[in-house]
Amino acid sequence: MNLHLPAVTTLVMLASGCATLTPPDYRPYRAHLPRSIVVLPPLNETTDVNAPYVYLSTVTRPLAECGYYVFPVAAVDAFMKENGLPTAGEMQGVSLDKIRDVLGADAVLYVTIEGWGQKYRVVSSDTVVKARAHLVDVITGTTLWTGTAFAQQSSAAGQSDPIAMLITALFVQIVSSITDPAHDLVRDANGVMVFDQRRGFLMGSHHPRCDADTRGR
Amino acid sequence: MRVPVPVLLALGALTGCAPRPLYHWGHYEDLVYQMYTAPGKAEPAVQVEKLSRDIGEAQTKGESVPPGVHLHLGYMYFLQGNATAACRELETEKQLFPESTVFVDRLLAKMRAP
Repeated sequence: MNLHLPAVTTLVMLASGCATLTPPDYRPYRAHLPRSIVVLPPLNETTDVNAPYVYLSTVTRPLAECGYYVFPVAAVDAFMKENGLPTAGEMQGVSLDKIRDVLGADAVLYVTIEGWGQKYRVVSSDTVVKARAHLVDVITGTTLWTGTAFAQQSSAAGQSDPIAMLITALFVQIVSSITDPAHDLVRDANGVMVFDQRRGFLMGSHHPRCDADTRGR
Repeated sequence: MRVPVPVLLALGALTGCAPRPLYHWGHYEDLVYQMYTAPGKAEPAVQVEKLSRDIGEAQTKGESVPPGVHLHLGYMYFLQGNATAACRELETEKQLFPESTVFVDRLLAKMRAP
């Protein structure tokens, strides 16, 4: 968090999917547990042109810390662009056979950005990031995992004085335009998406606790 | 024991009690972020300098370099026209992470093609 403002009470809500859903069936994921994951540049349903690449710049760390080999996102992006695939849509349209042939990845993470950035209100500003994702086994085409990265930060939680809230809202908007709060937020959202015990990723083979992960066994 | 260690890891910034990470991350993800949002701040020369320093720090501390970093560094050397260093970094990536073999071999073949 870059917003270390004493006068501002921030509320960060983190969730990776809906808690009321039944836990996912991890057995297909376990049966095809990938060693390596390539994250393709996300599709973008928002108007923020930077959102897909800001997302992409924060997804490697949690996946690698979860025990997977994660292909270098920028090098993969550049390689695909040089090979006639200029957009995320075209990259995500590449066949799994081709992914296996060219990259040798075990699984592909397909991401779509659904919500991004600040929503201004009269007395508060909320920052939201939301992206849905699914992980696909390259050999069988099986969907191994689906989920959502979601985080929201409200600038005015806990304040009741309308004037103070208004000042806070203005101040946070100004500060945020410099520090890119969505960048901080999506880092948290991806961390929870990957590490959530009930709905997150299984531990990969580089993680010391991989064998102790009982999900899907 | 069902302590949600990974959740603590993910929320380490908030809780301040994250366990030891698997990798020494350094500037890698910030450089990727800057490449796309402020390209002038992440020229290949800057990236080579920062990533090389990160790798040196990891070695000093006895920590592991994350997946993709040597390959990414190799790509930056390639953009600088330094094919020798690029090949060296790609080979290192392959050695540390055999999962990268298919991609690395494809890139090496492309770089060595006349």
